[in-house]
Amino acid sequence: MSETASTPVLLRGQSLECSRDDRRLFSNLSFELKAAQVLQIEGANGSGKTSLLRILCGLRTPDAGQVYWQGENIARAREDYYSNMVYIGHLPCIKGDLNVLENVRALLDTRSKTLADEHIAAALQQVGLAAYEDVAGKALSSGQRRRILLAFLLLADARLWILDEPLTALDMQGVVLMESMLLAHRAGGGSVIFTTHHGMQLGCEMSSLSLGTASVEARA
Amino acid sequence: MFRAIWAWIQRFSSPKYFFDMSGKLVPWFAIAAALIGVYGLYLGLFVAPTDYQQGESYRIIYIHVPAAWMSLFIYVVMAVSAAIGLIWQIRLADMVASASAPIGASFTFIALVTGSLWGKPMWGTYWVWDARLTSELILLFLYFGYMALQSAIEDQRTADKASGLLAIVGVVNIPIIHYSVEWWNTLHQGATVARIGKPSIDINMLVPLLLMALAFKLFYVAVVLVRARNEVLFRDRSRRWVREIIEKL
Amino acid sequence: MLRAFYHLLLRDLRLALRSRHELINPLIFFVLVVTLFPLAITPSEALLQKMAPGVIWVSALLAVLLSLDRLFRQDYEDGSLDQLMLSPNPLVILVLAKVCAHWLLTGLPLVLIAPLLAVFMSVPDAALPALLYSLLLGTPVLSLIGAIGVSLTVAVNRGGVLLSLIVLPLYIPVLIFGANTIDVASDGLSVRGQLLFLGAVLALAASLAPIATAAALRITASR
Repeated sequence: MSETASTPVLLRGQSLECSRDDRRLFSNLSFELKAAQVLQIEGANGSGKTSLLRILCGLRTPDAGQVYWQGENIARAREDYYSNMVYIGHLPCIKGDLNVLENVRALLDTRSKTLADEHIAAALQQVGLAAYEDVAGKALSSGQRRRILLAFLLLADARLWILDEPLTALDMQGVVLMESMLLAHRAGGGSVIFTTHHGMQLGCEMSSLSLGTASVEARA
Repeated sequence: MFRAIWAWIQRFSSPKYFFDMSGKLVPWFAIAAALIGVYGLYLGLFVAPTDYQQGESYRIIYIHVPAAWMSLFIYVVMAVSAAIGLIWQIRLADMVASASAPIGASFTFIALVTGSLWGKPMWGTYWVWDARLTSELILLFLYFGYMALQSAIEDQRTADKASGLLAIVGVVNIPIIHYSVEWWNTLHQGATVARIGKPSIDINMLVPLLLMALAFKLFYVAVVLVRARNEVLFRDRSRRWVREIIEKL
Repeated sequence: MLRAFYHLLLRDLRLALRSRHELINPLIFFVLVVTLFPLAITPSEALLQKMAPGVIWVSALLAVLLSLDRLFRQDYEDGSLDQLMLSPNPLVILVLAKVCAHWLLTGLPLVLIAPLLAVFMSVPDAALPALLYSLLLGTPVLSLIGAIGVSLTVAVNRGGVLLSLIVLPLYIPVLIFGANTIDVASDGLSVRGQLLFLGAVLALAASLAPIATAAALRITASR
């Protein structure tokens, strides 16, 4: 699937700058993300990957620069941006006292999405949690908790996925699942930004951004 | 035209420009504060007539009242600077706000101490729960809360914004607190508490009071500029222009 | 938007009721602290009656203060707070939902147990309605204002004392009028003015505090 010049730009970062504890993590960082594009952000620990993602989400303000969603500054287009975007960070976001089904519903409720039980059950089936619907969050392993988040991703119906180290805590099957989800999302026209310690091969064309050098290149 | 004004504001509020400008201004404010303060004190302590009710001991109001005015004035300045810093992202405004807090707290403390010293000859006791003193005490706690929040948050920008928001919340609450305390005070008038009435004040007493108020304001400006300069040097310590200044010392 | 409010409220209630032991603590604290006063000073009925409004109100204040941490702590630590801040629904509405849940779980039980404490402190029967009304109007304000303090200190380690320092001065107007309501009612006089003031403060807090809380969360919970 090739990108033409006429494909609309979904997300654009312009001259972004961020420091932590007097150390400049990155400056004058700019990039563009189009529909059906995957952007991989690489960097060693502490290079600012998480900070960059949080800036792109609008959770954190950059020291300089702006982020634009479909041409509008995200600080102003918050509702539109957040309706079309999902962020999954390091933390599990799972409530120990709620069961799997309730956890998925809680995550969807903040996006004002109410879905029928069968719909959710199908997603849980896909991520391998079909038998765990009634199990409380605190009884699950960390890998199983991440799968709840995968089910949430499937059901959230968002154009842009922003994922911080999406393979965390996943076993081999989980990794395969995640990768197939990413490919399917892209095939459906969605975009992904994710971070990783080391390069990940997805079997599709990916753009890459390395923090520490802040250069953007296209890579297959 | 707005663009021109905005550009001027941004130039003026750049830390380096502020540092250079304020260096020249501080001596003027300090000298003016000292001169007016000395004159005001002279008038207040020696020239103003003796109060027919309270004798000589009333003269402490020449410190107490301006200090109390300043404690409130500085808090408002703090809140306004914080609002400017939050809305327009001007770092200098944040620095002025955090530089002002200890000064405001000190004035509040002075107002409390002088008020208490005044209380001894007036009411025979060092502390009375009178409306103004109680309000000042609560104001002191508001200052402490601001300063505690500032120092508890590690990241400087987050600390500034968070305590700035607290200052704005505080400023909205101050009238409510003031009114509540006033009202509370009217309920609990003991026989030993002489309500400090507001008779028309003799002009010879008013002039030193206003002069002291002016002197305190000038003093505040001088001190806040000095403290803000320190803030600028500290926060921008990794910048080259700061290193050059430090190396020159 | 209303749906998100409603669901978040239910979620918080459901979570709290599944760890019920946490809810009882502030209540027991409330009763315990009130009990300390007759023990520390004197069980003389006349004196207890004079002290009652203040003692009950200060204890309620401290009980609410103790329970405030649970408002955002869990969400901050497990990452749910991020998801709330990334919701297309206005954060102000979501904050309001959480504060409502907090009051239902903390403030309302205090109101319900207050009659017991009125008996402990020899509050005359005539003043009982005033006691309940003042707490009913006042405790939501405590939750609302407390939420501002919690949102400012959510990222601070062991920020409990800092929270108290920030929030207690802001509680003082409610304390003054709340305690006075009971005091005046004990003398058999009308408390209409006091209750109107408390109502006004509640209206002000309900409209402004969630905005301040949401703004504070976006400032402090960004890392």
